[in-house]
Amino acid sequence: MASRRQILLASLVALLVAAAAIGALFLSRSEPPPDERPSAPLGREVLAPLPQPEARSVVAPAAARTEDGQWTMAGGDYASTRYSGLDQINVSNARRLQLVFSFPTGVSRGHEAAPLVVGSTMYIVTPFPNYVYALDLTRPQNPLKWVFRPQPRQAAQGVACCDVVNRGAAYADGRIFFNTLDGQTIALDAETGRQMWRTQLGNINIGETITMAPLVAEGRVLVGNSGGEFGVRGWLAALDAATGAVAWRAYSTGPDADVLIGPNFRPFYPQERGRDLGVHSWHPEGWRLGGGNAWGWISYDPETHLIFYGTGNPGPWNPEQRPGDNKWTAGLFARDVRTGEARWFYQSSPHDLFDHDDINESILLDMPVGGRRRQVLVRPGRTGYMYVMDRNTGEVLSADPFAHINSLRGVDLHTGRPIPVPEKAPRSGRVIRNICPASPGGKDWNPSAFSPRTGLLYVPHINLCMDHGVSEANYIAGTPYIGAESRMFAGPGGHRGVLTAWDPVGRRPVWRIREDLPLWSGALATGGDLVFYGTMDGWFRAVDARSGEVVWQFRTESGIIGQPVSYRGPDGRQYIAILSGVGGWAGAIVSNALHPADPTAGLGFVNATRDLPGRTRAGGRLYVFALPR
Amino acid sequence: MSSPSPARAAIVLLLALGGCDRESREPRGRPLPETGPQIAPQRTAMMNGVPVPTTEDPRADDYEGNAYHVAQGYRYFAWMNCSGCHANGGGGMGPPLMDDEWRYGGSMEQIAATIIQGRPNGMPSYRGRVTEQQVWQLAAFVRSLSAQNRQDVLPGRTDAPRNTEPQTLQEPQPVVETGVANDSASQE
Repeated sequence: MASRRQILLASLVALLVAAAAIGALFLSRSEPPPDERPSAPLGREVLAPLPQPEARSVVAPAAARTEDGQWTMAGGDYASTRYSGLDQINVSNARRLQLVFSFPTGVSRGHEAAPLVVGSTMYIVTPFPNYVYALDLTRPQNPLKWVFRPQPRQAAQGVACCDVVNRGAAYADGRIFFNTLDGQTIALDAETGRQMWRTQLGNINIGETITMAPLVAEGRVLVGNSGGEFGVRGWLAALDAATGAVAWRAYSTGPDADVLIGPNFRPFYPQERGRDLGVHSWHPEGWRLGGGNAWGWISYDPETHLIFYGTGNPGPWNPEQRPGDNKWTAGLFARDVRTGEARWFYQSSPHDLFDHDDINESILLDMPVGGRRRQVLVRPGRTGYMYVMDRNTGEVLSADPFAHINSLRGVDLHTGRPIPVPEKAPRSGRVIRNICPASPGGKDWNPSAFSPRTGLLYVPHINLCMDHGVSEANYIAGTPYIGAESRMFAGPGGHRGVLTAWDPVGRRPVWRIREDLPLWSGALATGGDLVFYGTMDGWFRAVDARSGEVVWQFRTESGIIGQPVSYRGPDGRQYIAILSGVGGWAGAIVSNALHPADPTAGLGFVNATRDLPGRTRAGGRLYVFALPR
Repeated sequence: MSSPSPARAAIVLLLALGGCDRESREPRGRPLPETGPQIAPQRTAMMNGVPVPTTEDPRADDYEGNAYHVAQGYRYFAWMNCSGCHANGGGGMGPPLMDDEWRYGGSMEQIAATIIQGRPNGMPSYRGRVTEQQVWQLAAFVRSLSAQNRQDVLPGRTDAPRNTEPQTLQEPQPVVETGVANDSASQE
């Protein structure tokens, strides 16, 4: 008896000790102050040799640009390479880079935009309330030339799914084109800042906003809407650059006449062929609330007059409420820019289960595939696969994972369809654990850069998984239409961000940098063989494009989720510019002061970024760097 | 064994009556009128320099102090898509509701007014979409997110991704009003 009591007592004591140890573990996890944080990435791996010169891809010639020292569109060029041929700043002198000037934007929400440089003027568009600043680069300290305040409706902030971001402006023919959060496209005289025209495209009362950077091609301003979390039907519109009149508008769901599908629509795979699939691949009337918003990147091939852009997630997130393939959501369209007519479509996530929008950038390259030179587009998808597709036909030539994926087994190259993992499919009344990648995907909006000098694509992305539950969503116009709850956490390895240098010909990663925080900034590649990117705790880094070694870094006052650019100033020197200002979906815990105690806050992202408020703070500032004179 | 004294019997009786309190109350609260004068104050709470309406609605306590009403509010919070913006209190497109910051006031009456009227930075008006009783139930649930209600009406834990700490274990957050001039400030 006594011995049993002793055993009982001993096990009780052991339990108490274990409990105390666990408690101490939790207590010791409190965050150290920001300055004690390591400034370096978590690690770097070199995985494969650089591709040989003959095995490199080249930028699609018609979509490439001749280096003129400017940066006139967010993607740098129509091929969306985000490559600057300027090479004054290179691997051996980059450590001498220093801050030349900075400019506060007066807004402290997520700054996702790319600054533009045209001639001797820099243009910045801020997050809501979407100020546009023009800075004179010819004068010392780069004073303000003009500022334009579009005065968007305040209520637009409440229907922006993932912070009130804006991804940048576009320049063409003496005009600056940009979008406002409340659904307007505005053209300004680039010299004076005077408004030329203003077109209302979206309706915030149904949850429709615009956050994307427009693209101007063949005299048309291409604009797509946001609102996939509000049951907003997606579209891409082409506006006459001279007048702002809508030339065509192509919806992502509904009858063929609305989707601009006609006799010239020749998709590669049979599942995309048939009449009015935008209606029939839905439950009755489901397409009216079906999402498929074109809130991401557009590329343009002048040779074929084709534009390439992706469509967002179907609405609602809960897949049980929308049986069918839900066309034409979560896929990629090729359209004739002159008429809007669809040429082909490929759906990367038919009957999307996890909010895997297909809006990421398409980089237009020409490269050897199977011994033949092919005109392709390369896209790091939200699903976690790197798609190489024939850009003229829509055929998937390869799809290789660049992130950790357990929700799909692969992509069937014969049918083009992803191979699902049934046990990871959401079901109501259950919480499905450990779905990888999480809803922001293997990679979200933040764009990659391609260097023709190395033949590598530099992909800033994330490593997050999630627990996910679904429930029935009710549609109430102007309120979220989601029906899902998730919480995200770091994927295998414990790091949350990755910069992968990918060889699209060899179909493999060449090197990889692991970052502690989710990587939410774009990348820039330069002729000096440098790659620039920023971290959510404010480090702006330059790494060797061949090895991934950090050669220079600078800490900005807020986290970086913007897009770095490079330009040649009026003085002939090369400059690097970046907007700092944490926010966006990943940074909303700081910019919107979300509460870390609720793991489902910010659509589940808060659970993965609880430490962010201790490591950075909200802000908004342009930083420009150069070598000393 | 002595016979019980009258005093002791009285104590036992009192204790027994006290113990009956929880069981004897109306599980769904006493019936309350559907309309009242205070739910949508004449002056909105966000006018600059105007004091927050502080007149109390007699129904507020009944809703806030009743577990059934809080539980109903939780259901409407999901069904009316409140959770789409405010998550389970941590916020998202909308501000968090489990912290100590109340842009438009944190009392039952002020929360009810916010739900009915909407607010300029994107909070839609639910006037005509929900009944007054549902508004009060929603307000009672919103208060429970920062553990303002009585301990015995706060909801416990659910087995869902939210899986936040049970509100019964939370410290009630002080109510700090940030978006409006408060009474004392405007009087000074």
